[in-house]
Amino acid sequence: MSTVAATPPKKVNRIGLDVLPYKGSKTTLCAGCGHNSISERLIEVFFELGVEPWQVAKMSGIGCSSKTPAYFLNQAHGFNSVHGRAPAVSTGALLANKNLKGVVVTGDGDTASIGIGQFVHMLRRNVPLVYIIENNGVYGLTKGQFSATADIGSKQKSGVINEMNPIDCCLLAIELGATMVARSFSGDKRQLSNILKACISHRGLAVVDVISPCVTFNDHEGSTKSYSYVKEHDIPLHEMQYVPYYEEIQVQMEDGQVRDVELHDGSHLRLRALHGDFDPTNKDMALAAIHEADKKGEVLTGLLYVRKDKETLHDMMHLVDEPLATLPQSRVRPGPEALEMIMEELR
Amino acid sequence: MSTFEVSPVASSSSGEQAYRVVNDFSIQVATVNGSGSQTANNVLMRSIFQMGIPVSGKNLFPSNIAGLPTWFTIRANKNGWIARKKEIDFLIAMNPETAREDVLKLEPGAAVLYDEPLQLKDLRTGLHFYPVPFDKLVAPVCPEAKLRKLVRNMIYDGVVAHLLGIDLDEMRKALYKQFGKRKAKAADLNWNAVLAGKQFAEEHLPKTDPLRLERMDKTAGKIIIDGNAAAALGCVFAGCTVVTWYPITPSSSLVDSMTGYLRRLRTEKDTGKATFAVLQAEDELAAIGMVIGASWAGARAMTATSGPGISLMAEFVGLGYYAEVPAVIFDVQRAGPSTGLPTRTMQGDVLSNALLSHGDTRHPLFFPSCPAECFQMAVDAFDFAELFQTPVFVMTDLDLGMNNWMADPFVYPAKPITRGKVLDAEALNKVSDFARYRDVDGDGIPYRTLPGTNHPKAAYFTRGSGHSDKAGYSEREDDYINNVDRLSRKFETMRKHVPPPEVSLNGKAKIGIIYYGTSRWAAEECLDQLAREYDLEASSFRLLAYPFTEALSSFIERHERVYVIDQNRDGQLLALMRLELPVELIAKLRGIRYYGGMPLDARTLTNELVSQEGL
Repeated sequence: MSTVAATPPKKVNRIGLDVLPYKGSKTTLCAGCGHNSISERLIEVFFELGVEPWQVAKMSGIGCSSKTPAYFLNQAHGFNSVHGRAPAVSTGALLANKNLKGVVVTGDGDTASIGIGQFVHMLRRNVPLVYIIENNGVYGLTKGQFSATADIGSKQKSGVINEMNPIDCCLLAIELGATMVARSFSGDKRQLSNILKACISHRGLAVVDVISPCVTFNDHEGSTKSYSYVKEHDIPLHEMQYVPYYEEIQVQMEDGQVRDVELHDGSHLRLRALHGDFDPTNKDMALAAIHEADKKGEVLTGLLYVRKDKETLHDMMHLVDEPLATLPQSRVRPGPEALEMIMEELR
Repeated sequence: MSTFEVSPVASSSSGEQAYRVVNDFSIQVATVNGSGSQTANNVLMRSIFQMGIPVSGKNLFPSNIAGLPTWFTIRANKNGWIARKKEIDFLIAMNPETAREDVLKLEPGAAVLYDEPLQLKDLRTGLHFYPVPFDKLVAPVCPEAKLRKLVRNMIYDGVVAHLLGIDLDEMRKALYKQFGKRKAKAADLNWNAVLAGKQFAEEHLPKTDPLRLERMDKTAGKIIIDGNAAAALGCVFAGCTVVTWYPITPSSSLVDSMTGYLRRLRTEKDTGKATFAVLQAEDELAAIGMVIGASWAGARAMTATSGPGISLMAEFVGLGYYAEVPAVIFDVQRAGPSTGLPTRTMQGDVLSNALLSHGDTRHPLFFPSCPAECFQMAVDAFDFAELFQTPVFVMTDLDLGMNNWMADPFVYPAKPITRGKVLDAEALNKVSDFARYRDVDGDGIPYRTLPGTNHPKAAYFTRGSGHSDKAGYSEREDDYINNVDRLSRKFETMRKHVPPPEVSLNGKAKIGIIYYGTSRWAAEECLDQLAREYDLEASSFRLLAYPFTEALSSFIERHERVYVIDQNRDGQLLALMRLELPVELIAKLRGIRYYGGMPLDARTLTNELVSQEGL
């Protein structure tokens, strides 16, 4: 079996597994596609954190991005479902088994167009999963139409200029109830790894909008989602370092304002501000920063927003501790006396 | 035409009819939606039920919260015929908007109890009129003016009790049961209104019509429940764990009552935590998506909807078929899309559900005819969906779902829950190889594993149509053909597991009648009418499920002509039969179709069948 790329060194992680169960089948996406880098990061991150792969559910909709769950974590169940409907399928799967670690990979067409309804309602429910948007501003499988995240003024390969407002999924996510929101760039390995690790440590809905250039249909001059454009306009909010709960904090960070974000599983995210202080627990500040960057044509990346005290869907449902999926009959079928009592009431 | 059975009896006092019609007539209450008449109507129906007389109630209501006309029809029938009776024998006219038309439509000899200011008695002759001054009667029993609108309907219960001979103790019991212990004060208020009506009738309304209710013993042990609540209970006892839905008439009360029963019966006492999740989705697309996700992850998941929702669910149901994910979908059928007749009944989704979605798809359908079958088929549907790893439709309709039915009590599930072919970690240790879509047993049903199974062989990747038997991505022609052929084999296996038909063969009969769902009640009465009135013998075949079984073909073979009863314009079940049966059997089939949106009645069927037979 071949892998996405970049074979990590042969070693075992803290639960004694080598990297093989974390890898996937060979990618069928274009060489140089940003999505492949994201799959590589997922392999690394799950391996390094020692997450049990069989506890992960890999979910997706339809599109180039939605194919990628086949390219990482071979020993996790995966579901390539219906265009735009990964939120519903994932919500159902996680209601069935609250112990699953849900990772959803979607694209900008999946999330911002056909699936925008499901996306916003997933946000409202704070469904505890990691929701990755592989955002390239374009439809790849159908050959290069604009998606709803294409910026005003961005040029299609055919020369058409987009004149409609883009949908910013991070703004929606912050506004409508996601409890961890980040933006990153598929070309920034270090930042993306740190963000993904933080998302895995978070209990609640983590939305990551990853600008992931399409080398075939949207990497040309005039596109605002090309490698060169994003590299030039990427403004990282902070330098970040993730410290897992099972390691001591020995962060080497240069001087500057350092914020420490403690995550639900006891891990920490250390953030050193790069352009003045930025407080990711401040919703208004996050929204203002994104709007400000947008005016300047900048792509603001990093941890935009985090909130730890909000109930997840599981909390709101008051579910029993064990997964609903495997409860024994004795706990899901009331006894004959219960039926008889109700029959008597109806007589 | 009138269908009274008339038996002459001695006149007890002057003015009363010399004949009586006992326990065989219909009462229609015409009111305004939102006026609180439902309580009065349910009390009336339950009083008759408690007297041991077979009874049915049909609520014909508008898509509106308050203000539009509503009719509630109660039928009492000593022979147990509980289909709607087309002819109204006793009208309670409370709605000024419809009163004139309602009266003009009556057959000669019918009785009319009406709100006196409506001045109906001069409209026509040949009817028995009972004017009642509701406003004058309600004021003394209900000092609070704003409650009078709700309480005044109870007065007609009292009047009817006197005129038809309803045991007042039974009415009192029914009323207090209806209000429950928590609303004892409201119950007292309403009971006084009943008494006021009764007293007024005694003093002012000499009985002139022949209709009487007399105690029987035909309802012992039975219950009164609507089909939606029955299905909800079935799901609770089936061990359903995830319910995701979007409100739509006429299915909403299924999930509403299920939520109530789940909270009551499936909240664990020691922790107060739930062994279920009920989530109202943003639309039917999301609702079925969540069901598919939950079932994929191992829950027993269901949704309830109606035709418009089914349309939205089509893509996911196709995915469920190809990816082989169980799902239980209650389709409480109603008339067509958008506004118009969302509150009228229809068997409108039979053909579309059997074939729902794109590509080659076939889905099993269950057809309950009564609350007890709603309960039983709910239990069966979950086992069936997991056994065959496929979406299953339980096809009820508005008539069954939303009306109160006199019903047999439900039978506690005899069989333990079956999860079908699921391999856990232990089972995976015993198999050399796990291929998600391989036909290991020759029945077309593959084995599956659940996410979260701690075993290196457990994981597989779920996709739609294009996959190899090991669930690998494939666009190969042979992989696709092998897969859809196996799905056909699985469908063949289902034929041996669906609920079998209920067949009654009549050796002398040249014709047969096939029916399903709520048509059962009108069809059975129609068979009786054919025999009594036309001396026409017929065999009957009540279909309980699709796919069809061998029994269907042999039933058609035995008869010269076979009538298929559908509550839709296009004869949808008939069309489905035409898709599958050999041409010589198709030639014997005739359609009897009713599609006006009312609960089906026997007379409509009899007239149509007799006309097609040339009698």
